Amino acid sequence: MIQGIPLEHFLIVSTIMFFIGVCGFIIRRNLITMLMAIELILNSVNINFVVFNRYLYPDQLQGHFFSLFIVGIAAAEASVAIALIINIYRNMKNIEVENVNEMKF
Amino acid sequence: MFYMFSGIILICSLLTITTRRILRAAVYLLCVLLATAGLYFMLKYQFMAAVQLTLYAGGIVVLIIFSILLTHHISHLFEKPDMTKLIMGISAAVIGSVMVIATLLTHPFQAGTTTELPVDMTEIGNQLLSTGKNGYVLPFELISILLLAAMIAAIVVAKKEKNKNSEI
Repeated sequence: MIQGIPLEHFLIVSTIMFFIGVCGFIIRRNLITMLMAIELILNSVNINFVVFNRYLYPDQLQGHFFSLFIVGIAAAEASVAIALIINIYRNMKNIEVENVNEMKF
Repeated sequence: MFYMFSGIILICSLLTITTRRILRAAVYLLCVLLATAGLYFMLKYQFMAAVQLTLYAGGIVVLIIFSILLTHHISHLFEKPDMTKLIMGISAAVIGSVMVIATLLTHPFQAGTTTELPVDMTEIGNQLLSTGKNGYVLPFELISILLLAAMIAAIVVAKKEKNKNSEI
């Protein structure tokens, strides 16, 4: 429809990107790398929202606003997560996930 | 053009999770976000692309690089992930993506027939701050409170504790 590209191609790209993010979340043990995987997942969902809005409901802006709000929430989440990560590093001198269970009572 | 952008997205997102140097992972993530902004430009959502460029590529990536520099040595290499985790992750990703792609290729999408709404700043601002039909003022206010809470939380969490010995 737009420059001859069907809707499915956008969706395939975002699906593969989502599952690459899931895979990275599983195989890494570093907190910052896991945060980057979460950003990949959120970004792929954003692409889905925007593409559905443009192809299926071009007279409205719902998907556009949803992805705007998702970007805002991602910014808030990243700032809080990085504050926590820096605090953990200060206490334990590394940020591997296995060491965080020392915080249990 | 679209295939170039999607190729950049796929290759760089693969490299983001497979590279063993964490700073390079952040730079590949930046490439993914820039290519996504290119996709938004292709779909003619200029405002969304600008938000993506400033907030994601400008804000979050800089924040991540900052925290990497605070918590790592540059030359630090990850150890290789152990085999069971690798197999679990890759199989989960492959099975999930095959299922989702098979589903969406068989689903008939009804393309919208209505005329395209020109997305300019006036329209976005009116809809974002109206309370009537197609109005988004309630989530707008909610996200402003959320951002305020996140800001306060980040300050409180990252603040250094006062030296307790000085009181004694």
